[in-house]
Amino acid sequence: MTGYYELFGIERKLALDTALLQKRFYELSRELHPDRFARKSEAERQNALDASSRLNDAYRTLRDPVQRAMYVLAEEGFDIGEQRGKDVPPELLEEVFELNMALEELRNGDDSARPQLETAHRNFQEMLAGTSGQLETLFALWDADRSRETLVKIRAVLNRRKYVQNLVSEVEKHVHVSN
Amino acid sequence: MSTFQIDFDKRDRVVGIDLGTTNSLVAFMDFTGPAIIPSANGGRLVPSVVSVNPGGEVVVGDEARQLLLTQPDRTVYSAKRLMGRGLDDIREDLKLFPFHIAEGSESVLQLQLGEQHLTPPEISAHVLRQLKRNAEAYLGETVTKAVITVPAYFNDAQRQATKDAGRIAGLEVLRLVNEPTAASLAYGLDKRKDGVVAVYDLGGGTFDISILKLQEGIFEVLATHGDTHLGGDDIDNLLLRIALEDIHSEWGMDLSSDNEGVQRLRRAVIAAKEKLSFAPSTVIELEYRGRKYSRGIDRALFDRLIAPIVDRTLGPCRECIKDAGVTVDQIDEVVLVGGSTRIPLVRTAVENLFRAKPHTDLNPDEVVALGAAVQAGILSGDVQDKLLLDVTPLSLGIETMGGVVSKLILRNSTIPASATESFTTAVDGQTNVLIHVLQGERELVKDCRSLARFDLKDIDPVPAGLARIEVRFLIDANGILNVTARDQRTGKEQSVDIKPSYGLTDEQVEKMILESVQKAEEDFHARQVREAQVEADNILRAVEKGKQNPAYSGLTEEERAAIEKAIHDLQAAYHSNDHHGINDKIEALNAATQKLAEDMMNTAVSSALRGTKI
Repeated sequence: MTGYYELFGIERKLALDTALLQKRFYELSRELHPDRFARKSEAERQNALDASSRLNDAYRTLRDPVQRAMYVLAEEGFDIGEQRGKDVPPELLEEVFELNMALEELRNGDDSARPQLETAHRNFQEMLAGTSGQLETLFALWDADRSRETLVKIRAVLNRRKYVQNLVSEVEKHVHVSN
Repeated sequence: MSTFQIDFDKRDRVVGIDLGTTNSLVAFMDFTGPAIIPSANGGRLVPSVVSVNPGGEVVVGDEARQLLLTQPDRTVYSAKRLMGRGLDDIREDLKLFPFHIAEGSESVLQLQLGEQHLTPPEISAHVLRQLKRNAEAYLGETVTKAVITVPAYFNDAQRQATKDAGRIAGLEVLRLVNEPTAASLAYGLDKRKDGVVAVYDLGGGTFDISILKLQEGIFEVLATHGDTHLGGDDIDNLLLRIALEDIHSEWGMDLSSDNEGVQRLRRAVIAAKEKLSFAPSTVIELEYRGRKYSRGIDRALFDRLIAPIVDRTLGPCRECIKDAGVTVDQIDEVVLVGGSTRIPLVRTAVENLFRAKPHTDLNPDEVVALGAAVQAGILSGDVQDKLLLDVTPLSLGIETMGGVVSKLILRNSTIPASATESFTTAVDGQTNVLIHVLQGERELVKDCRSLARFDLKDIDPVPAGLARIEVRFLIDANGILNVTARDQRTGKEQSVDIKPSYGLTDEQVEKMILESVQKAEEDFHARQVREAQVEADNILRAVEKGKQNPAYSGLTEEERAAIEKAIHDLQAAYHSNDHHGINDKIEALNAATQKLAEDMMNTAVSSALRGTKI
């Protein structure tokens, strides 16, 4: 099966031109969408359904930086499923420990932990924003060096990001955070 | 009446249908653009009301709406609320709507209308059949293909039920289109400029909000949200409850168990609601069984009463904006769809939220049907420059260990969308795997909606964990799930047995189609007999008149005897229920009276000539 990048006929880069991607997506949709085959044979309609669902899946993946990076990692033979988001990234150990304490207090009805959780929530949000910047830099780096080492770094950022996201939703479950 | 037709194309006609909670419409692509097809009486809206007469005859539309007053037990409205639902889902509706649930509805929901048990898709099929007939009469050709609109937030079962309704009505449903998206097509918004558009659709029973990006004729839905149980009906029920309480205290009588009284009062509150959209105040009035109820209501009070209902639409709007990844300022236009958007408070709420004056150029009752006609034009190839890229409103997942849902296709994914998942066996020699598919955003199975259970059968009996069945979940362009499975070791297609959690199995739909074809044949036959009888009446009347003519006495004895015999024969055949027989006797009478007719004509001509000076 053709890869997602080949499907769009664009260069296999992590820092890709999303405007170009959208343009190609629209062009290909005009060609492949089931609407264009409504009067055709059953077989042709089935083909259109397969082709356009694959096109949509590809677009959804490549459009989003995180999904795109995971796709490339998988293509490069990285295991991205199991580990992700489970091990505590070492630099977060202390923070996570304190967070769990605060959550525990809250669960036990101690409301004094609330401000601490709100601060933690803000910190994590900032951290997430930070990972976006890190990914951007690493994407450009990989496009230039195509090294496995860069991909390892990218995977580490993705894992941290996933982990932090889980923390954020955990906090949001307990504290109603207004933005 | 037939006018000359330009038959420049052999393409099948595809009509666009808005199957609404309160009203339904059918439209087609005319030379100048989409146009609503009126019914025989000239009306453009067909009330989605179905009534079954004591003789078993089914009545739809305006006539059925009248029957809501005289035979409420045999009449149903707002049946769209029941599409794709189970008995447990509709407990709340049952408190507010006079749905008569038939016995044995635990597996498949059925309504009791007189002697008939009808499923919601069958009721909708009656409405669709009426629209089909209207279209056929207007266009002068048979109509077998349609695009039908559904609320964007309809789930898989509700969509499937709508498609089933189409099939039962003898329509090939080429596409289900989401109502707000259809509306955006009708607006021709793409012609104005590229940009981001929000469509706010508050109808009789459902609410949708969709945000689209328009670019060079591509209508890409970014996100959609909604509530399939929120609409004008809720406002009607609110006012109805208040009026019933009033009457209870004023008349000292509980009208709520009096079906006719409730329906009359419901009409009165709807009239008041509609009036308040353009008048500052009005009166809810009911005259019933010699008593009179009258209550003034002004806009301010009305607004206060309905504010909670209007507020319920705002949460989904905010969610949708967030999901679309845009800010309010990035939304260039807001379009209002659905009859309930005529309410000033609704307009104000939308204006405040989106900080923009909404578009209301097109009739909010008609815009969805017009859009469905445009989509029909896209499918038939008449409209080339537009393309709709819609999304699935709800995430799709499967049940995993511990009653947790593992999401496979996220909500707001452009459709068609697919996901592939590998399954294996847990026990040596296991030959089937059961997959439970759910729709919804929550994490636990109990909080999501069960779609179906798929049984992967006839797996080769191999040691545990060795089998590898690849299952492909595909949501098609209608938003309906298709599942296929393949044994990866053998490469062969794996059979999948589907048990829908709600709704009808394929066999049940097939059976209903057969029954409806039979009924259609019966109906057709009855109509032919009726037509023959009408013609017989006409000729009998003409002959009776002819017998008064002087020409009659000019006939021979035999000729007059032959006419009498032919009259007698036709009268004998009249009630035979055989239109061929009646037509034959009409022919015979025609032949027997031919000389009389000629003589009458000659007399008329000569008398006319006598009066003329040459």
